[in-house]
Amino acid sequence: MGNARPPAQPRSDVARWLQRVIPKGKSLVTSVPYLWLLLFFLIPFVIVLKISFSDTQIAMPPYQPLFSWAADQVLQVKLHLSNFAFLVQDDLYWMSYLTSLKVAAISTLLCLLIGYPMAYAIARSRESTRNILLLLVILPFWTSFLLRVYAWIGLLKNNGFINNTLMALGIIDQPIQMMQTDFAVYLGIVYSYLPFMILPLYTTLVKLDLTLLEAAADLGSRPWEAFLKITLPLSVPGIIAGCMLVFIPAIGEFVIPSLLGDPGMLMIGKVLWTEFFNNRDWPVASAVAIALLLLLVIPIMIFQHFQESGGGAHR
Amino acid sequence: MYTVKVAAANAPRRNIASVSEIRLEKVTKRFGAVRAVDAVSFGAQKGKFVVLLGPSGCGKSTLLRLIAGLEEVSEGRIFIEDRDVTNLDPTKRRISMVFQSYALFPHMTVEQNVAFGLKQMRVIKPEITRRVGEMLDMVKLGQFTKRKPHQLSGGQRQRVALARALVTKPKLLLLDEPLAALDKKLREHTQFELISLQETLGVTFIVVTHDQEEAMTLSTRIGVMNHGEIVQVGTPSEIYEYPNSRFVTEFIGSVNMFEGRLIEDEPAYVRIQCDEFEAPIFVDHGVSSAPGATVWAAIRPEKVHLGRDKPASPDNWAMGVVRDIAYMGDLSVYLLRLDSGKVVRVTQPNIFRHAEDRITWDERVYLSWHASSPVVVTK
Repeated sequence: MGNARPPAQPRSDVARWLQRVIPKGKSLVTSVPYLWLLLFFLIPFVIVLKISFSDTQIAMPPYQPLFSWAADQVLQVKLHLSNFAFLVQDDLYWMSYLTSLKVAAISTLLCLLIGYPMAYAIARSRESTRNILLLLVILPFWTSFLLRVYAWIGLLKNNGFINNTLMALGIIDQPIQMMQTDFAVYLGIVYSYLPFMILPLYTTLVKLDLTLLEAAADLGSRPWEAFLKITLPLSVPGIIAGCMLVFIPAIGEFVIPSLLGDPGMLMIGKVLWTEFFNNRDWPVASAVAIALLLLLVIPIMIFQHFQESGGGAHR
Repeated sequence: MYTVKVAAANAPRRNIASVSEIRLEKVTKRFGAVRAVDAVSFGAQKGKFVVLLGPSGCGKSTLLRLIAGLEEVSEGRIFIEDRDVTNLDPTKRRISMVFQSYALFPHMTVEQNVAFGLKQMRVIKPEITRRVGEMLDMVKLGQFTKRKPHQLSGGQRQRVALARALVTKPKLLLLDEPLAALDKKLREHTQFELISLQETLGVTFIVVTHDQEEAMTLSTRIGVMNHGEIVQVGTPSEIYEYPNSRFVTEFIGSVNMFEGRLIEDEPAYVRIQCDEFEAPIFVDHGVSSAPGATVWAAIRPEKVHLGRDKPASPDNWAMGVVRDIAYMGDLSVYLLRLDSGKVVRVTQPNIFRHAEDRITWDERVYLSWHASSPVVVTK
């Protein structure tokens, strides 16, 4: 191709066009994430959106095409809105959405309550120990997520480590039912996503100028008041980032509730799985996915807007 | 030194000087084995403008933090108005501090920043609004009340910090390098604003700085610190004209230091023989030291006269070659090398606009000084 040469004189129109279209330098670098998003987010999204408007059929692929040629060069577009209507009509979907929201919200809150003191302690520890503590937070990522969830089964089941130990110590004589309970689901989610809460909190807390707290003390604040009036408001960006990083994956969580939770516990991730693989109803499954996405994206966008207009003061 | 006169003249007029606002008794602060502040005893009277001056790392900021209660005292006592506050919580000391970084709360507006201390004191709302408004008008920030700190310039931020510290009506205001973050022009301007603010409010100011010029301009009293100790306390002119050690002499202003031996030691005068030049140094006041002892004679650059004729007196002169001249506008700085190799700094005011026969490069000239000029220090 002509564009392999230095851009002295592009010979043909094609070469000239290529030279103009292929990005260079800075725009080349910034185009990489956009390309990534286009390939792995936008295109799959459009495909799923398309499927969500079609209807099932027993065939391969198991849905009807959206566009078809009717007679006499007429392009026929069939948009089946029934899938979305179905979501609204059937209680199952609403219930599982709400359960997912509830589980994600409670897990996020728990992560925040556990993660904030941890992040605070790490940020206030000596610089030499700080890195070790951070490493300990990240350490679980060295093992596969799935393996770690399976490991919890070994700990929680009726003849698992915890029950056996408690029984051997004579504290209990009947094993406590922990597997297949909501408790196990919360435990699994909080355990898995806690680092995502701690890390952004840590980064905002470690940047906090400690003389601000001294100034507050000098102006008559007790440590607790200074925390509420200075530290907490200034760590809001970290709280928001941490909560987003926990809440969003938690809401669509599928592995933890299906491995640790009650089989009757309906979470939207599980429903999605069942529609896709057990019922082979791709259009409804796609509609569920789209609805879930909208349910997540809209609050995030509102948040972003709020952040940009109100959060400008945080350096 | 116009300002010094103003500040010095105003201080006694308030005439409450008998009340000692703050008193430190052998205050020591240890960090591990290091004594950051070493048995400092020191007092300041009400309504004074005190400056703690010293090189970085001399413990002056630590001393300020001890007074504020942000650090715990290892030994010694601190009194405010004769009340022992050594172990008192910083919130109860009625001391305000202006931090070097200003430490303004970035998430609050100017108004909220200033109101913070009053809210902590549970002052009623209309009262807060009134006092904050007054204070902000006083520091000329009346139209910036709704701004956030990052929307302000350095000088404005400093004024917010001042307003925030003063609005609670503290007995004592501590300022840690208050002018260090400002550029030169603004610094000079702010110095005068600080002085007038202090005079209006009558609050005792304690300022920490490493800038000796700033210390001279601001203070009615200077405490010079070195290695955790206060080495000399005095008015700016006392510190400059009668320093008590080589450290103070060299730290305040520039100086030419000559090491020598006492060859004549009388109550009314002394003669010092120094290795750098032949003529002895004659000083018209006595020195408390034994004959033959090693002493240092310090002569300020502006107190040396340059001339082409040999001085008549057998004392107090030397010869040198002009190595360098720096023209500063109001004065010129001459660097002269004596025969011994020592370089002496001399400043000469540029009184005449067109002085044709000005002493110039590579000229060999006589340096001379008055018998009252040298300061003799023994340590």
